[in-house]
Amino acid sequence: MTMVNLKINDMPVSVPEGTTILDAARTLGIKIPTLCHIKMDCLGVEHKAGSCRICVVEIANRPNLAPSCCTPVAEGMVVKTNSLRAISARRTVLGLLLSNHPKDCLICAMNQQCELQSLAHEFDMHEIKYQGAQTEFPIDISSGAIRRDLNKCVMCRRCETACNVVQTVGVLSGINRGFEATVGPEELKPLLETSCTFCGQCVLACPVGALTEIGYKDDVWREINDPTKHVVVQTAPSVRVALGEEFDMPAGSITTGKMVAALRRLGFAKVFDTDFSADLTIMEEGTELINRIKTGKNLPILTSCCPGWVNFFEHQFPELMHMPSTAKSPQQMFGSIAKSYYAEKVGVKPKDLIVVSIMPCLAKKYEAARPEFAPDGVRDVDYVLSTRELAAMIKEAGVMFSALKDEEYDNPLGESTGAGVIFGASGGVLEAALRTANDILSGKDIKDIDFVAIRGLEGIKEATVQVGGMDLQVAVCSGLGNARKLLTKIRNGEAKYHAIEIMACPGGCINGGGQPYTGSNLKTLEERKNAIYQVDKNLPIRKSHQNPSIIKLYNDYLGEPGSQLAHKLLHTHYFAR
Amino acid sequence: MSCDCCGKKEKALEKLMKLEPKKTTELVAFIDSLPLGNDIDANRGCLIETLHRAQTIFGYLPAEVQQLVSERLKITRSEIYGVISFYSYFTDKPIGRHKINVCCGTACFVKGATRIVDEFKSKLGIKEGETTPDKKFFLGVLRCVGACSLAPVVMVDDHVYGKVTPEMVSTILADYQD
Ligand code: SF4
Ligand code: SF4
Ligand code: SF4
Ligand code: FES
Ligand code: FES
Repeated sequence: MTMVNLKINDMPVSVPEGTTILDAARTLGIKIPTLCHIKMDCLGVEHKAGSCRICVVEIANRPNLAPSCCTPVAEGMVVKTNSLRAISARRTVLGLLLSNHPKDCLICAMNQQCELQSLAHEFDMHEIKYQGAQTEFPIDISSGAIRRDLNKCVMCRRCETACNVVQTVGVLSGINRGFEATVGPEELKPLLETSCTFCGQCVLACPVGALTEIGYKDDVWREINDPTKHVVVQTAPSVRVALGEEFDMPAGSITTGKMVAALRRLGFAKVFDTDFSADLTIMEEGTELINRIKTGKNLPILTSCCPGWVNFFEHQFPELMHMPSTAKSPQQMFGSIAKSYYAEKVGVKPKDLIVVSIMPCLAKKYEAARPEFAPDGVRDVDYVLSTRELAAMIKEAGVMFSALKDEEYDNPLGESTGAGVIFGASGGVLEAALRTANDILSGKDIKDIDFVAIRGLEGIKEATVQVGGMDLQVAVCSGLGNARKLLTKIRNGEAKYHAIEIMACPGGCINGGGQPYTGSNLKTLEERKNAIYQVDKNLPIRKSHQNPSIIKLYNDYLGEPGSQLAHKLLHTHYFAR
Repeated sequence: MSCDCCGKKEKALEKLMKLEPKKTTELVAFIDSLPLGNDIDANRGCLIETLHRAQTIFGYLPAEVQQLVSERLKITRSEIYGVISFYSYFTDKPIGRHKINVCCGTACFVKGATRIVDEFKSKLGIKEGETTPDKKFFLGVLRCVGACSLAPVVMVDDHVYGKVTPEMVSTILADYQD
């Protein structure tokens, strides 16, 4: 590695060739402000648009200030990051950005998490010198999942990188020019009319309040306080390992017990677990997997529990639509079992039973609103809140989260296994299915159940696994760009697999669009992932088909996996879009 | 089990072929003559040229044409729209029979071209870059057309009007009673 020597603020430093001034300065403990630049470590992408110029520095013997985020170091370079010229240029840049910004921080969804707001704070800005016209774009809430308020857009174009480079969905692009310039779909169409998957990766990437989620907290407060309603809640696997971050707990804190306690304090009648319906998913999807392997027909089977991924294949790969399992996602399975089996059990009419989900995900908001999931006009899942919204509710209710004593889920829809919880990380759904398939095909209770080859944050993982005495070719991918690579191979007949798990978000739901903001921090993701497998390890039962409440559900109500009733309640079909 | 109750969405090509068979064939022939491949970056090199040709053929770039170009060049629809909306030369709206272009170059600007534009806008009820619903007039702005001594200048099709005042706008429009 060739090293390059330079001086930054009179301090000598030696860094590998190709390093940017920004990174070189960091090794000296100098922070240069940035806005458009972001290292999406967990996605393996560095976004260097070089467009905002908030990171400019002075380089000796160069007439112009240089953007440090995309200027590589050079031998003998002399850099000043805090000269008067650099500082005033940055203040001017920020002033101009603020002149056309709504500045309604107090009521903005990104209040205290906005990078523009932090810059204004760090720069100690107290007046706006430039008074300019304000852009007036209509706010897009068409999707019920993602709110786009382009009046707050700072044109960093991070969302474009997330959507086009990482996810390869390609919905967002820089359009118009001059004052009208912004980022969006063609003709600034509402997202609902595009091939957006609602994965929410652009929301995670947006430094300001231009891309946020559509919230349903107020509706949930209203339902909880309506005495005619029986309001139950389900919590997705990956929420429990991320929620703590919103309460200043270290990344990877396992907060299952506190979360359950908090939900009771908020007033939910019953606190149930999506892990339960994840186990149920394995019963249905696992049966499908076994059947397809036995008959050798319609392979590979693709998982179908990620609605972002479902949207993606409906739009982009309609010719492969026979491959995904027809099993509904755990969220929707929970909804339909709650509104049938559970509603009957407690004697509540489905329309008076309100099902709220806490999800790491924005695509689940869209999924829950799909018309096929509202039999007779009554939605199976009434409201979907993100991890972030749950945190906000807990704070609003004055519940001191970190001081809560652990509590247990309610039964029967709160009992779950280790197989259910690992759905939260990339590889978990397939591992859970393999655990069950292995037992069923061999007729034994196999003890060695850790399929470590398909764990981890890599975008594409491939392995040959031994299941029921057979060698199965399996693959796991997360991130839609990776899914596209794999699917293209399958479409061209270049790859043969038995089963493939696909998650829209890189790393799986632990990195979902509704999770606490991490600034694309890889370490945080690692911690969340490790926590998921820790929860699995700590549980006494770690295979879906051994979940006593699931066994009882089949015995008392559904019959066999794949039965007629199971099909009606737990399976779905897809639409080419 | 997969759903077959709904076919794949109609391809842009089929749709265009029904609407404008001749123009579409011409555009497709042009695209086929390009050195396109799977390398999107390389295809990007042909984008401006393709859009230029498409606009010459169709007169403007309707959504279906953009979609066709998107499918053939493997460039997303949003990116193509980004390019169209960036260059004032391109338009995704049908152009009226008469093209009104108000010069907004420096000389004309100084002499009040914006007031002329505003007058056209209110008389026609459209914005710059748009065409009236009856498809009669298109309103656009241009950079210096080289007739600064006549500023402010308005061009309607090939006809040049000089020293235009807002009051003259209705008489100019009246010249085109076809
Ligand atoms: S939600 Fe996902 S698919 Fe939709 S615009 Fe954002 S990144 Fe693209
Ligand atoms: S919407 Fe957000 S991420 Fe996208 S360009 Fe605007 S500010 Fe950046
Ligand atoms: S990976 Fe998880 S969080 Fe992301 S879209 Fe899919 S289900 Fe939602
Ligand atoms: S952060 Fe460097 S140009 Fe925006
Ligand atoms: S500026 Fe209008 S003709 Fe020159």
